[in-house]
Amino acid sequence: MTAVVTRQPETEPPEPQRTEWPRGSNLRALMSGRRNSVLLLGVLVAWVIVGTIMHGTHTLEIGGADQIGIQNWLGDRANDIQLASSQNFFIQVTHGISDGLNSLILWLQHLISTPAFPRPYPHVGFLGVVVIAWLFTAITAGWRMSILTVACFLAFALLGFWEESMDLLIVTLLAVAISVIVGIPMAILMARNKTARAIVTPVLDVMQTLPSFTYLLPLSLLFEIGPAAAVICTVIYSLPPVMRIASHGLLNVNPATVEATNSMGQTSWQRLRKVDLPMAKRTIIVGINQTTMAALSMATIAAFINGPGLGQPVVRALNALRVGDAFVPGLCIVLMAIMMDRVTTAASQHSENLARGQARNIAELRGRLLIAGAVITTVCVYLGANYTWAAKPPSSSAGTWLANRVQEVIDWISKHWSGATSTISDKFTTIFLNKVEYVVAGSPWFVTGAAILAIAFLLGGRRAFIAALVCVAGLRWLGLWNGAMVTLTATLVATVFVMILAVVFGVWMGRSPRADQVIRPFLDAGQTLPPFVYLIPTLALFGPTRFTAIVAAVAYAAPAAIKIVADGIKAVSATTVEAAESAGALRIQIITKVQIPMARSAFTVAANQGLLYVLSMVVIGGLVGAGALGYDVVAGFKQLPLQGRGLAAGFSIVLLGVMLDRITTYTAQRGAKKAVES
Amino acid sequence: MTSEAIADSKPRLSVAGLWKVFGPKAASIIGTPDADLPRPELLERTGCVAAVKDVSFDVAPGEVFVVMGLSGSGKSTLVRCLTRLIEPTAGSVRLDGSDVAAMSTRELMAVRRNEVAMVFQHFGLLPHRQVLDNVAFGLEIRGEGKEKRYKRSREIIDLVGLKGYENHYPDQLSGGMQQRVGLARALAVDPKVLLFDEPFSALDPLIRRDMQNEVIRLQDDLKTTMVFITHDLSEALKLGDRILIMRDGEVVQIGTPAEVIAAPADDYVKDFVSEIPRSHVLTLKWVMRPQRPDDSLEGPEMDINTIIRNAAQAALASAHPVKVIENGQLVGIVDDEAILRSVVAEEEVSA
Ligand SMILES: Nc1ncnc2c1ncn2[C@@H]1O[C@H](COP(=O)(O)OP(=O)(O)OP(=O)(O)O)[C@@H](O)[C@H]1O
Ligand SMILES: [Mg+2]
Repeated sequence: MTAVVTRQPETEPPEPQRTEWPRGSNLRALMSGRRNSVLLLGVLVAWVIVGTIMHGTHTLEIGGADQIGIQNWLGDRANDIQLASSQNFFIQVTHGISDGLNSLILWLQHLISTPAFPRPYPHVGFLGVVVIAWLFTAITAGWRMSILTVACFLAFALLGFWEESMDLLIVTLLAVAISVIVGIPMAILMARNKTARAIVTPVLDVMQTLPSFTYLLPLSLLFEIGPAAAVICTVIYSLPPVMRIASHGLLNVNPATVEATNSMGQTSWQRLRKVDLPMAKRTIIVGINQTTMAALSMATIAAFINGPGLGQPVVRALNALRVGDAFVPGLCIVLMAIMMDRVTTAASQHSENLARGQARNIAELRGRLLIAGAVITTVCVYLGANYTWAAKPPSSSAGTWLANRVQEVIDWISKHWSGATSTISDKFTTIFLNKVEYVVAGSPWFVTGAAILAIAFLLGGRRAFIAALVCVAGLRWLGLWNGAMVTLTATLVATVFVMILAVVFGVWMGRSPRADQVIRPFLDAGQTLPPFVYLIPTLALFGPTRFTAIVAAVAYAAPAAIKIVADGIKAVSATTVEAAESAGALRIQIITKVQIPMARSAFTVAANQGLLYVLSMVVIGGLVGAGALGYDVVAGFKQLPLQGRGLAAGFSIVLLGVMLDRITTYTAQRGAKKAVES
Repeated sequence: MTSEAIADSKPRLSVAGLWKVFGPKAASIIGTPDADLPRPELLERTGCVAAVKDVSFDVAPGEVFVVMGLSGSGKSTLVRCLTRLIEPTAGSVRLDGSDVAAMSTRELMAVRRNEVAMVFQHFGLLPHRQVLDNVAFGLEIRGEGKEKRYKRSREIIDLVGLKGYENHYPDQLSGGMQQRVGLARALAVDPKVLLFDEPFSALDPLIRRDMQNEVIRLQDDLKTTMVFITHDLSEALKLGDRILIMRDGEVVQIGTPAEVIAAPADDYVKDFVSEIPRSHVLTLKWVMRPQRPDDSLEGPEMDINTIIRNAAQAALASAHPVKVIENGQLVGIVDDEAILRSVVAEEEVSA
């Protein structure tokens, strides 16, 4: 391009038309793309027309408490499992595991959170816990982080949620510990062994597309509702990040170093210990950070199956639709998330600083620090065991005060603004949401099914069609078709808004480093928050409606999608943009004709991630009036007769997730292939 | 060391019939007519690349043996086959008589730990270790105690001129200094054979010259046997006792620098050496002619191994031709014209 551009006579103003990107060689791809768009539009129009004509027939709607066909069968199997626990060997094993885990958790709770009878306080007591946390973060993440940690711990106590906070900490850290102990050896195996990698990677892919909610019911059947099942769900949800990231780090250790050290005759074990692990250390810690955040978000959701911790008061308050009561524990969850994210992030940098700073005398220094730490800890634990003042967390009325103030604000809002917020909510629902639902869920099931298959084929080709066929058939078979379509509607609508935000903010951030610098920290913070947290303010504003769940889902999914788009735009090479600029392209032309087409794959990836995030949040939104599949899952936990339906709803959510993931993934792959071919 | 002395002693390293074929069913290609195909055709027919084809050579104790060739000619593969960092497809690599290619893993580890050390183009240092611990790495994996390995490493760090940098990290050093660490790491295990794979290609010209001089100095001190890979002819001429020239995996010529320049085996080698100032490398041996009866014998006497450039001034100053002496005997005559021809010819080349 540059060559062509420089040959233009300087006196002539460059013609903007010259900069038609992408150019001739892309024409074929463009043509087939255009044909596809026309067909796609045709499918949508046909769907609307046929759906309107046949509206309300064959929608497969079932009553709120009905259980049909396969659901009954699933319910019977669930009952069998519970009844057979004394005979079935497999169930005995799972129950044995959960018994062991439960007593471990109980022991930990007696240590730091709940009264250890006959004492009125846990063994270690408040002072001991805070001092241990302080020392631990000071050593692993530096003194700044240790201050943050102490401040957060004090806040947990002063807000009146000390016990729940410690319970959440126990569930989260236990799950992280198990994930790391299992995940890092697996990551080493994956990095060293191609076959292992080929087997494990697709399993991890599937695990990461499953919305967190779907794990709960089946696992609680196997491991019984309670802390153990909560920890196991959390482990399953938080294991993939550390495995994936650690194996990636180990695989990408500089090959020149590996070869050089091999040439000196190291054994495979020496290579692991002296080369691979130290060189991948920072990446591994990033993996642990991701795993910790995943664990925290799952551990709060596990409140649905009686997982101990801060999730419980939130669920209770949301169930009763008392936002003020949900606010304070929600705030504690946010503090916990910020603390864990900051500490694990800092630990990665700190490990380097430590090793660098005083490398040679660090050993003895660390020895002394450890001794000092042990002495201080012993003293504090001793004090906690013998004096009430050291064992009892400081209490204050701050939590109640805050909850009341929040409730007042919410009451005020609903009094003065309820007009405005409910107008927004109603308008959106009638103008947009109901229309989409009218077509997606109100058409006969075979019409919607056929439309989904056609769209899958046009977007993602044969493989997407087959995946969609399997999923549509599965959804039909599970008997919750109508609920699934309502959930799908909410997911699609929310994703549209996520993508609008992603394009606007992503392009802006991608083009302006300043904007990026200002906005990105908020997105990062947003990504660390467990999904629950988003429900609280939206519920306060919009009450228990489908709209609330959609707003929460948009807020939850937008940060990831925006970041993906921003990075995609940024990756468009500066020289290409420069060439277009020097060819006289206007700014809008550069955005629409250069940056957006070249970052196309980023948009599909953003859509993929957006859909999966939205789906997992929309499902949780079942709790606050979004109904459909999410509600069925929750009902399954609560009412024994509806267990079968709850299980079917869980599987339906999985199928929806897999379907959306496969269609977008294959679409992205097809787009990439086309771009290469042209 | 002269080539005669090399030929006399028992080789330290002896490579015979070495092959490395990358690709499916690599071993089955050797010995078939396919093996003689040029690379693109072989790749098309079998999907294999013959990176090293039937290479044989000996390296004497204390010799600096240079392997050179264009990019892709198989130099890196060859040198990696010597300690089986790349597993050879066929052939033998004898180190003091024992065949590395046939060793068990345990014996091979012992060779890598004690006998052969390697210096790499991209250094391959451990970024999380200080210079001292990088240099001590070979001793550490060999199981030597902390005190002993640090003592030895400090000596070597002094030797390569890095005193004072023991506690720096690799990313705090310049490229040249990093390669000194790489060199020290290899030297620390006191190897019998040092392998270099284009160790100075990533460095700028001035640093490269420093490092070459460093190698020459170390070689004078330690008399280690070296196999040195480079694609830079002047580096090869400067360091090499003998040079092996490779093309597409095959040996084209093995000889002393002078032999290679004065008598290139084919056009490939001739092309290679055409840029080199002959008078800087060649000795009188390559430009002398037999004595004729009418030659004046008044001129200066010079040894047959005198470099032309060093002989030029005295020869041109004298009105009489130079008498070339070998072992006290008059073996030939070099007149002004022969000297001028070798000097002028290269000016034509470089112009
Ligand atoms: N692992 C491999 N698999 C397949 N082919 C390989 C492999 N390694 C090297 N080759 C091929 O073998 C040939 C020789 O490569 P080699 O790296 O030995 O060349 P070289 O002379 O060191 O080149 P350079 O000067 O660029 O380092 C090349 O054609 C290369 O493509
Ligand atoms: Mg090479």
